Amino acid sequence: MTEQFKLSRRGFVIGAAGTGLSISFLAGCDQVEDVVADVIEQGPTPDAEPFPEVNAWVHIASDDVVTIRIARSEMGQGTLTGLAQLVAEELECDWDKVVTEYPTPGENLRRDRVWKDFATGGSRGIRESHDYVREGGAAARMMLIEAAATEWGVPVEECSAAKSVISHGPSGKTTTYGAVAAAAAELSPPFEVTLKDEKDWKVAGQPVLRLDTPDKITGKQVFGSDIQLDGMLNASVKACPVRNGKLKSFDAAAVESMPGVRMVAKVDDTAVAVIADTWWQANTALEALPIEWEGGNADYSSAAFEADLEEGLTAKEAYVGNQAGDVEAAFASAAQVVEATYRMPHQNHACMEPMNATALWTEDKCEVWCPTQNGENALAAAAEASGLPIEQCEVYKVHLGGGFGRRGAGDYVAQAISLAKQMPGTPIKLMWTREEDMRQGFFHPTTKGLARGALDAEGNLTGIHLRVSGQSILAALLPDLLQNGADLATFQGTVASGLSPQLDIHALKYSFDNMLFDHAMRNPPVRPGFWRGVNANQNAIYLECAMDEFAHAAGRDPLEFRLAHLKDSPKMAAVLQAVADKAGWGSNDGKARGLAGFYSFAAYTAACAEVTVDEDGRLKIDRIVAATDPGIVVNPQQVEAQVEGSFVYGLSAMLHGEVSFENGEAVEQNFDTFNSMRISEMPVVETIVMPSGGFWGGVGEPTIAVAPPAVLNAIFAATGKRVRNLPIKDQNLRDV
Amino acid sequence: MKLTVNGNEVDVEVDENTPLLWVLREQLGLTGTKYGCGIAQCGACTVHVNGQSVRSCVVPVSAASQMGEITTIEGLSDDGSHPVQQAWQEIDVPQCGFCQPGMIMAVAGMLNSNPNPTDEDIDAEITNICRCGTLARVRKGIHLAKTKA
Repeated sequence: MTEQFKLSRRGFVIGAAGTGLSISFLAGCDQVEDVVADVIEQGPTPDAEPFPEVNAWVHIASDDVVTIRIARSEMGQGTLTGLAQLVAEELECDWDKVVTEYPTPGENLRRDRVWKDFATGGSRGIRESHDYVREGGAAARMMLIEAAATEWGVPVEECSAAKSVISHGPSGKTTTYGAVAAAAAELSPPFEVTLKDEKDWKVAGQPVLRLDTPDKITGKQVFGSDIQLDGMLNASVKACPVRNGKLKSFDAAAVESMPGVRMVAKVDDTAVAVIADTWWQANTALEALPIEWEGGNADYSSAAFEADLEEGLTAKEAYVGNQAGDVEAAFASAAQVVEATYRMPHQNHACMEPMNATALWTEDKCEVWCPTQNGENALAAAAEASGLPIEQCEVYKVHLGGGFGRRGAGDYVAQAISLAKQMPGTPIKLMWTREEDMRQGFFHPTTKGLARGALDAEGNLTGIHLRVSGQSILAALLPDLLQNGADLATFQGTVASGLSPQLDIHALKYSFDNMLFDHAMRNPPVRPGFWRGVNANQNAIYLECAMDEFAHAAGRDPLEFRLAHLKDSPKMAAVLQAVADKAGWGSNDGKARGLAGFYSFAAYTAACAEVTVDEDGRLKIDRIVAATDPGIVVNPQQVEAQVEGSFVYGLSAMLHGEVSFENGEAVEQNFDTFNSMRISEMPVVETIVMPSGGFWGGVGEPTIAVAPPAVLNAIFAATGKRVRNLPIKDQNLRDV
Repeated sequence: MKLTVNGNEVDVEVDENTPLLWVLREQLGLTGTKYGCGIAQCGACTVHVNGQSVRSCVVPVSAASQMGEITTIEGLSDDGSHPVQQAWQEIDVPQCGFCQPGMIMAVAGMLNSNPNPTDEDIDAEITNICRCGTLARVRKGIHLAKTKA
């Protein structure tokens, strides 16, 4: 009764357009075979494919099925389909016969990183690989054409390709990619390729449907937590719930005789796990296991840490991310000074699929099946945790049930390997409970922002100072990237232009004569992480709500007020104007509207929100008009999906999201207390996709920044009250 | 313990307190039904019992065996042709897709008892969580599915 599929050790075919089959054994890419079996079987490791690849990016089988290799991870953001579109565009293949495949990180290593970077975060999936994946597609096309021309004995220049068919104009001869793929694979790659102009695109740039949808609507899509291997056992883990605390002891004997239990195992200095026949048995025993913890920041409370954040708002010492003119002189001579303090708490990523990994360890090999945003990181984690040379380790990537930045880390991979090492030869699937996922997060930093604006008698903003006090992600995770102690990434969207290419994609687009953007680093003992949108989330709220506050204090229209400072950024002005026009900004229809614009991940974004606040102070977000200019767009309908999705993620944090800590432990441990937006709270979202060309901006993250400030500014328009303490939760918006 | 799942009668040997979700996933290999929270908050584990939506993570299998016919995402249709699945395919509702089996089952369950839901009905009935944020397309998809039934 259950239909399942053979799992290849080498890799997965991860989407079969039109066939609805997702995972196939790769022995013979031309045949997608489904196997009815009680378990997903492990296939043998094939030494070589029966059909050689044309190049690293493209494999074509004799029946014309085109397998496109995708190095980045699919976690919902659509990058799998977008990257395939780019390769297919240059390849000139039949889009209906495209399937995709993840090469393994180990294969990448063995082949001198032919697929380059596997890291999938920072909205860089397409933004940072569009050139070389298109070159891969173009080179394969040229080799296929050359193979046909050679076979026919005609000049290459007289041949062309479209939809996987190669034609020789003068003779009218045709052949297919599948017929010449093997010959093409023998040819040397071209020295030089020319990429198509975007205006000639036929597959890229089009709103084609995702390649991975068919399996995602039938339950066939295999996620990491669905992996099933022969003889596999299941594990549930618990790490010390106190920040930075350790495992002291546990009483294995108390649970060893419970049903299905095979082993109670120390994972590392911080965690213990139960391995059992089924995960339910493992977790039932784990919950009954007496555990003692020790050490850690048992006196840490986020409520008390608020005072540290508050102190940082006016502290003398701070790192500067952007400055111009003489901001103190501007305040000294101001006709009016406006001040506003905003606050954002820690957030959990709360991916729908809790963290998990499956590992198989023997003395000479370590294999891991896992959903990861960074296959190469996972491989490195595997090598470290397994104690084996990296050449003897392999990671098989599986689609992610959400990532949002959480699955760039290798913590759960290392845990699974630690357990597998204690049972050599037995595959161990480790899956976290939701509670474990909530306790052991890499949390969105907690911060406060104090914005001060100097207005002259005519209502001009003559000076602005935005002080952010709070946590640095880099200080905790990547301290080597600090510059003289400063974490310049905290100035996402507000940083000065020209510091580095990495920072320029987040540079401030407003022009201010007198300005100061600085950061008082205040680090709680809570592990921070990159959370969709990262520091743009708080910076956009602090800056764009402040701009709204300044405009109202000056008696000026918030759109006009912003545009006055965007004369040097016509693209930023354009997205703001676009949402204002479409939303009906300035019309006397009684609707309460709020605006916000922001630049991050090389994309210009804006939103205009319409809200209603009822007599009891309850919020309804009616509609948000959004605009994004990411330069070049590969799949406009997926860009729309990302805008809508990013709004849900950002607004969930604004409405409900807070992880607080008491006695060093996370208070919110499941969706009953860490709530996420439901469909009843979802506004109508109308997205204007307005690529202006000439640059490759991000899509998955940038728009998350603009929804919350647009809504908060609309709440002010509705009530005359400012909500500055987030999340909104059950605050009466008419009495804040 | 006997259960009727996707039209088949099955006999499972399992502790009677095991939630239906884990019996489906671990004893029957029906991994389309997902674990998301374990406390009936997120809806990723939604299945049908006699056509009505049930959050299987909080239903002990002993209770489920008394309740009637269980349908999972694998049994909703043989080939993805249920009206909700058709609508989902037509407008690319899923993103990561992890919550979608539960979302689809919740929507199909609603349509079983209310073939023509209004937006207010949808707001009241569909309370599943989707962290990727497909909620706008879920609403569109429901209205599209109504036209396909």
